[in-house]
Amino acid sequence: MKKQDSPVWVIAEQIDCQVLAVSFQLIGQARKLAAELGTCVEVVLLGDNISEQARQLIAAGADKVYLGNAPDLAFYQPEIYTEIIVKLAKERRPEIMLIGSTSAGTELAPLIAAGLETGLTAHCIDLLLDENKILISKIPAYGGLLSIICPEKRPQMATIATGVFTSPHPDESRTGEIVPLKVPAELPGRIQTLKVVREEPEGVPLESAPIVVAGGAGAGDRKGWGMIADLAQTLNAALGSTRPAVDEGWTELETMIGQSGKMVSPELYIGVGLSGELQHMVGIVGAKVMVAVNNDAKSQVFEQVDYGIVDDCREFVPVLIEKIKEYREKLVTC
Amino acid sequence: MLKIVVCVKAVPDPKEAHKIKIDPVTKTLMRSDVPLVLNLMDKNAMEAALQLKEQLDAHITVLSMGPPPAGNVVKECLALGADHGYLLTDQAFGGADAYATAYTLAQGIEKIGEYDVVLCGMASSDGSTEWVGPQIATVLKIPVVTRVKELVEYGGQWWQVKAGMENGYRLVRVKLPAVLTVSRELNTPRTLSFSGIIKARKKEITAWGINQLGLPEESVGQKGSPTIVSDLDSLTSRRTVEIISGTREEKAEQLVNKLADAGVI
Repeated sequence: MKKQDSPVWVIAEQIDCQVLAVSFQLIGQARKLAAELGTCVEVVLLGDNISEQARQLIAAGADKVYLGNAPDLAFYQPEIYTEIIVKLAKERRPEIMLIGSTSAGTELAPLIAAGLETGLTAHCIDLLLDENKILISKIPAYGGLLSIICPEKRPQMATIATGVFTSPHPDESRTGEIVPLKVPAELPGRIQTLKVVREEPEGVPLESAPIVVAGGAGAGDRKGWGMIADLAQTLNAALGSTRPAVDEGWTELETMIGQSGKMVSPELYIGVGLSGELQHMVGIVGAKVMVAVNNDAKSQVFEQVDYGIVDDCREFVPVLIEKIKEYREKLVTC
Repeated sequence: MLKIVVCVKAVPDPKEAHKIKIDPVTKTLMRSDVPLVLNLMDKNAMEAALQLKEQLDAHITVLSMGPPPAGNVVKECLALGADHGYLLTDQAFGGADAYATAYTLAQGIEKIGEYDVVLCGMASSDGSTEWVGPQIATVLKIPVVTRVKELVEYGGQWWQVKAGMENGYRLVRVKLPAVLTVSRELNTPRTLSFSGIIKARKKEITAWGINQLGLPEESVGQKGSPTIVSDLDSLTSRRTVEIISGTREEKAEQLVNKLADAGVI
């Protein structure tokens, strides 16, 4: 019998009653940590009409699901969500708490951590236990990896992006307990999410694209950025970016790949005019073939790809586009 | 009068931040002389405050925590049009993680006194955790909205804002006092004007240390931080690169052939 105290927690998230992929991925990693700690995996899920989803969490690896099922919880409400989770954590005293770094998770995690006066790490690309069973969060920074620990306070909290861990295979025969949660009645009521509005994203979605073309500061200006966008369009690829390109205003935050952006694992990645900063490159570790175009032969990006082109990307990209079109035309005529 | 506090951070200039590296032997940070600048998204927070002041009766206080050179970014905000600047600076504040930073800033805000809106950039370019705004709110026991990309209704006791989320936004109704962390989409920050710089000369920056805030040493800086960096590794896992050479046309053609052979285009 596994011990029930000091569990590993995952705060699951649903949108329109769909549990997000990152929640399943975190349950998979929580199982590994719980096995090493000799404890169980408990998941908190808040929403409306989501009883069936609690079953999916058990199939993915949860031993216990705390289920808040009420109209007031249908979508992320900071005040109620924080109140429920902080109160429950004070009772159950989890050893570890993992949260997906979605927009809601990125707001909720620091609210919970501050409410529990404990430590929280961001942008983890790996989670493991040291010889004293303390959680180590591996975080890319300064061209290397930082190990961050929370030695005394509990729970040890971390946020993790979609795609860092793989989803476990669901096992429908797994059994687990579903514990219904009460919605607290007495709240200050100082903040309320009135509605969630979805806007259809343009172009090919990054996370599932077979080809990703990413641009960086080397684009130089909007015109240069336009060439990189043209290359992406020619290849029917998703367009990604680095933080400097976002900061310059050439593209939206949604296109940023890496530590504080999206994780991608395409068949082909082409990095254009970017320097190979780790904060970006950690987002592409799963790519099959990687290409970099950079005018600096000494750039660290060339240590991280399969094929390198040393050239001014503003000159090279239009030529590459022509060659790709020629190749495509040949395919059609043969 | 609307009392606005803008929290800003002095960060290593992002254009030169790649010069800060981990020494693979000593496993310590090799800091070259990277200058400190005003964090990019804090400029959007400052711009939001200035636009509010143009439309409403408002007073803008700028607050930062950091070493004495961080005073320059406070001065920059005064030149942009803030009314008063505070710098929380003390050896004891060094090594703070996000929580200790938020705790110390919140104590500074309490000491400044009345406030209706606390504005922060959504994230800093160096740590980019997005934790500090929400954790200031928790310490001050007030609500927070993060990633604000539009102010829909403002001026009264209840505000409505759009908070950015994946492929869309949340429309949030929030009661003041509140913390708002702002995204780049909210506005286009203005640039410094010469007259602003002249006017800022007369504005003062108040520096507060641990004694002025009346805080115990174990609540701030590294001692007040739940998390610590336990190790630094330089990265070793690399691919073996093939540099494709030739004229521009040859390089492009060879690359296309190699990608075709690999079956990825």
